[in-house]
Amino acid sequence: MGKTLFDKLWDLHTVADLGDGEALLYIDRIFLHERTGSIALQSITGKNRHIRMPSHVFVTMDHIVDTFPGRGDDTLMPSGREFIETTRAEAKAAGIQLFDIGDKRQGIVHVISPELGIALPGLTLVCPDSHTCSLGGLGALAWGIGSTDAEHALTTGILRIRKPRNMRVTFTSELKPGVTAKDMILHLIGRFTAAGGNGHAVEFAGPAIDSLSVEARLTLCNMAVEFSAFTGLVAPDEKTIEFTRGRTYAPRGAAWKNAAAHWQSLISDADAHFDAELMIDCAEIKPSVTWGTSPQHTVSIDGCVPEPDEERDPVRRRAMIRALDYMGLKPGEPMKNIPVDAAFIGSCTNARLSDLRPAAEYLRGRHVAEAVRAVVVPGSTTVKAAAEAEGLDRIFTEAGFEWRESGCSMCFYAGGETFGLGKRVISTTNRNFEGRQGPGTRTHLASPLTVAASACTGKITEAGDVELAESTRPQGSAA
Amino acid sequence: MRKFTTHAGVAAPLVRNNIDTDAIIPSVEMKRVSRHGLSDGMFAAWRYLDRENRVPNPDFVLNRERYQGASILLSGINFGCGSSREHAVWALAEYGIRVIIAVSFGVIFRSNCLANGILPISLPSELIEQILCYIDEDPQKHKLHIDLAKRTITATDDFIVHFDIGDSDADMLLNGLDPVDLTLRQDDQIRAFQQKDRLNRPWVYL
Repeated sequence: MGKTLFDKLWDLHTVADLGDGEALLYIDRIFLHERTGSIALQSITGKNRHIRMPSHVFVTMDHIVDTFPGRGDDTLMPSGREFIETTRAEAKAAGIQLFDIGDKRQGIVHVISPELGIALPGLTLVCPDSHTCSLGGLGALAWGIGSTDAEHALTTGILRIRKPRNMRVTFTSELKPGVTAKDMILHLIGRFTAAGGNGHAVEFAGPAIDSLSVEARLTLCNMAVEFSAFTGLVAPDEKTIEFTRGRTYAPRGAAWKNAAAHWQSLISDADAHFDAELMIDCAEIKPSVTWGTSPQHTVSIDGCVPEPDEERDPVRRRAMIRALDYMGLKPGEPMKNIPVDAAFIGSCTNARLSDLRPAAEYLRGRHVAEAVRAVVVPGSTTVKAAAEAEGLDRIFTEAGFEWRESGCSMCFYAGGETFGLGKRVISTTNRNFEGRQGPGTRTHLASPLTVAASACTGKITEAGDVELAESTRPQGSAA
Repeated sequence: MRKFTTHAGVAAPLVRNNIDTDAIIPSVEMKRVSRHGLSDGMFAAWRYLDRENRVPNPDFVLNRERYQGASILLSGINFGCGSSREHAVWALAEYGIRVIIAVSFGVIFRSNCLANGILPISLPSELIEQILCYIDEDPQKHKLHIDLAKRTITATDDFIVHFDIGDSDADMLLNGLDPVDLTLRQDDQIRAFQQKDRLNRPWVYL
């Protein structure tokens, strides 16, 4: 019987089969950030242990650093400086590459690792950060770990892992205009729940996946953890190979040719067995938005806030009631009626150049609604520079968005910046948990396009509706 | 690493699905580069009426008299989903939680439990319901006894629930093994793999 892509990656990295479904897996790359990496590095120093392959370990400053222009080591988050300084000192002592504040390669870990060619197809990559699964979009076997496992991987080059089962999610037919990878993953989680991928490595396949850009595949895989999957994967193809060409840490010359040939073999065999298979018809996917406090609380943007009384499972019903209370919403309310106080474009999910471009294109000549605070945070310093070279920063600022330095920013609240208590935010981030963006802050997850459109009207808005209305408006009529 | 062999304690119900690690330890409670001093911030958004002044919420399960001293949590689907922050487990351990019984766990959280001597037990929701019914009368009297070697949760002599856990996970907990030391015992194999791998995938090596 054939092997799945995941089986192939697993076998390629198996140092020892421990039986009972467990193996020692070889880890090709380790990425750290100042939030959780600092502890792992400090702990290694404390135990007088050493990093096995320092040249394969990278660190960035993304989680705690401020994103205000002119930022330094001081942060709005109390004690943020300690995380930054500890990380810097430990990275230096360990002799590992740090992308520090002010470095033009700095950025959100899962944005810069593909950008710099640190994540490559076929590699194993771990990071003490749950959204490491993003890199499955390149065909890398990448997953998030805790600090203890990070210490383990750093000192041994190995992780002891129980092999998850194989799942394939096939997206058939074509995406409708205005529907993005973010809508696809929200739709999947909304339909099959936030635990739908539990215990599985999930391969995304089908014609709609083939037609996605590599950056869109990173967005899709980013939220595999929100599906409770071990990780997400997309088989590398010509687009992936082109994407990696010439990246700073990518192989060059003959090595690149050999690597590319190897990458082309990283596909699931036609007769491979999947323990679970899900099918989604892309014709059913509309721009999607969350109404509650779990990514599974997703509805189509033209839908309504659901009715808990219609939920038969008592635990789920109670969760829905609780979520409605937290979110300050009533069942049956059309999503498009919900007013927003803030709009946020950023995070490892949706802050790449291909996320900023459509948002900027939509915002050209438009303006953010009066009462809305709108912020855009590029995923990396490189993305920021590229966006500025195209003039996107001016479009955003002229539309009324704040244009920031790169970092995780308001994707989560660590005691620093927040939109505030009770504020409703339409956000391109990945988690709408209670308090995620600040105490009492209400998060609605959506695509960059939906966030841009909602920012302009001050309520949840489908970009396509506005464009349609404008294109059918008689010439000469008042705006 | 901290051992786990047997444990007897008060169990408290937090029967919700998808309890995420942001709820277990909000980011704002992770104030220092440290594994310690986190239990005070555990479930902070739910546990306190006023988080900054630490005014307890009397309705939160762990603040209720009948669940005082709880060391076992009962929960629903996908406990510990979300962020990989091991701080969630460090906070629970420091608070005194030794066992979490849930329908399923977030994968990273589950590994973090094993690394810190907390036993994650997966059970079908019907069995969790039965355990809840049993403890509900008087949680302080109706303690649960967990025996990892035997894979049992004992409520009374005629109410014993069996659970499954992988042998290697159980061994790690039972013996309090250090995973790094354990892996390094296979250092020869690691070196041999690396030598061969350098030839097969030379582009991987920087």
